[in-house]
Amino acid sequence: MTRFSAFSLFAKALGGHQSWPEQWPDASPKPDYDAIIVGAGGHGLGAAYYLAKKYGITKVAVIEKGWLGGGNTGRNTTIIRSNYLYDESAHLYDHALKLWDGLSQELNYNTMYSKRGVMMLAHNVHDVQSFKRHIHANRLNGVDNEWLSAEQAKEYCPPLSISPDARHPVLGAALQRRGGTARHDTVAWGYARAAAALGVDIIQNCAVTGIRRGADGAVEGVETTRGFIASKRIGVSAAGHSSVIMQMAGLDFPLESYPLQALVSEPVKPVFPCVVMSNTVHAYMSQSDKGELVIGAGTDQYVSYSQRGALHIVEHTLAAICEIFPIFRRMRMLRTWGGIVDVTPDRSPILGKTPVKGLYVNCGWGTGGFKATPGAGDLLAYTMAKDEPHPINAPYNLDRFRTGRLIDEAAAAAVAH
Amino acid sequence: MRRQPPQWRIEMLLIHCPYCDEARAEIEFAYAGEAHIVRPPDPSLMSDEEWQRYLFIRSNPRGRHHERWRHIHGCGRFFNAVRDTATDKFEATYKAGEPRR
Repeated sequence: MTRFSAFSLFAKALGGHQSWPEQWPDASPKPDYDAIIVGAGGHGLGAAYYLAKKYGITKVAVIEKGWLGGGNTGRNTTIIRSNYLYDESAHLYDHALKLWDGLSQELNYNTMYSKRGVMMLAHNVHDVQSFKRHIHANRLNGVDNEWLSAEQAKEYCPPLSISPDARHPVLGAALQRRGGTARHDTVAWGYARAAAALGVDIIQNCAVTGIRRGADGAVEGVETTRGFIASKRIGVSAAGHSSVIMQMAGLDFPLESYPLQALVSEPVKPVFPCVVMSNTVHAYMSQSDKGELVIGAGTDQYVSYSQRGALHIVEHTLAAICEIFPIFRRMRMLRTWGGIVDVTPDRSPILGKTPVKGLYVNCGWGTGGFKATPGAGDLLAYTMAKDEPHPINAPYNLDRFRTGRLIDEAAAAAVAH
Repeated sequence: MRRQPPQWRIEMLLIHCPYCDEARAEIEFAYAGEAHIVRPPDPSLMSDEEWQRYLFIRSNPRGRHHERWRHIHGCGRFFNAVRDTATDKFEATYKAGEPRR
């Protein structure tokens, strides 16, 4: 692996950039590994990287059905924030936010993390009260979040319409300045490159078809389309397909998989300086470094694995965008796509051990998993290396659906669901 | 040569309401979750595990899925459907109370 630096860039430029080596080898499966991660998205590759880097477990395979980063890692709207209401959530998401800082340096790969601020619009009295409650709760947990008047919001994001005659009047906004965006693909690529450099095998086009368990119930390995691969430790990080994989081990999970759509516009000059979310009217938007407006819609209503959704969902979101930002009414949209999100009943993830020995899970991130990528990878690696959850992810166990100790962000979070 | 639009492209589901006996656009309907989940006859006798299964565990299959829909902007009635979650194609819709297909 060539280290990226100004010098290496200059040296390779002299050769017309023809001599760059491949960034990671396309590995073939070995007979056995110390740990297997199912799913080569940002979360899974992150877990493999931290297993190798922090815990010295380098005989690791990341198995991917399709291509690396081709699932929800490549399909989200790249928003990063940690302004969640409950203590458990604030700790979990802020752990990830702290890791985003310095991630580019650590991986020697530019993840383009940009702290441009995430602003959430309040359109009615309920929004105002709920956002202020979030701001106070966040401050008690050391998470930055501040209240802006409508005028201050307009100053922070000039395309915003704060006209009192607007269909969705803006009464104010909550702003997390540390929030922002990152380039989603580079997060997967950066982790893949850094993990492969430490000895991790990344095996693409290899679907898991079964999980083999021994007489004592513990896992022995995975059956795949490229043969059996043995390992006593398996971490499942398969997003929308998590419940399908868990059923291979005989486990029923409290998950439902829905399509979530996003879209981008034609590229334009820099015009939109931050991320704006409006939970009440279901629209959120930022501008990518390429110049496209990146817009997220809500989930479709039905369970599906088809990675596409209905047009009326997109239409609903664009109607809201046009009301809030009249400047974009004549923009043309270039592409829409869908990803499959695995949603838990309390809208919080499941991250930890399972009733099956040697089987670990990182799932249920629903509509907001990208922001947690480094944190989820780090905590899954910890849990797999120590065979016990880290205090941060201990509350995110499967047992909470039996005990009733839910982390109910569904009703109260500042999240667009 | 003229480019053909991709075959898989759909704009919205078309759903056959078994009461109205008509295929109508998805926006007339509300999805109502997995079908054939039986409400417990005596909740006081249930263990925590049984509550967990009833309230939270769903089959979430990739393939045949039994689900409830409500024709909210039509007859207003609930009915059941079998749909393939990998292709979104409906196999059948049938009235509430009829046996599982």
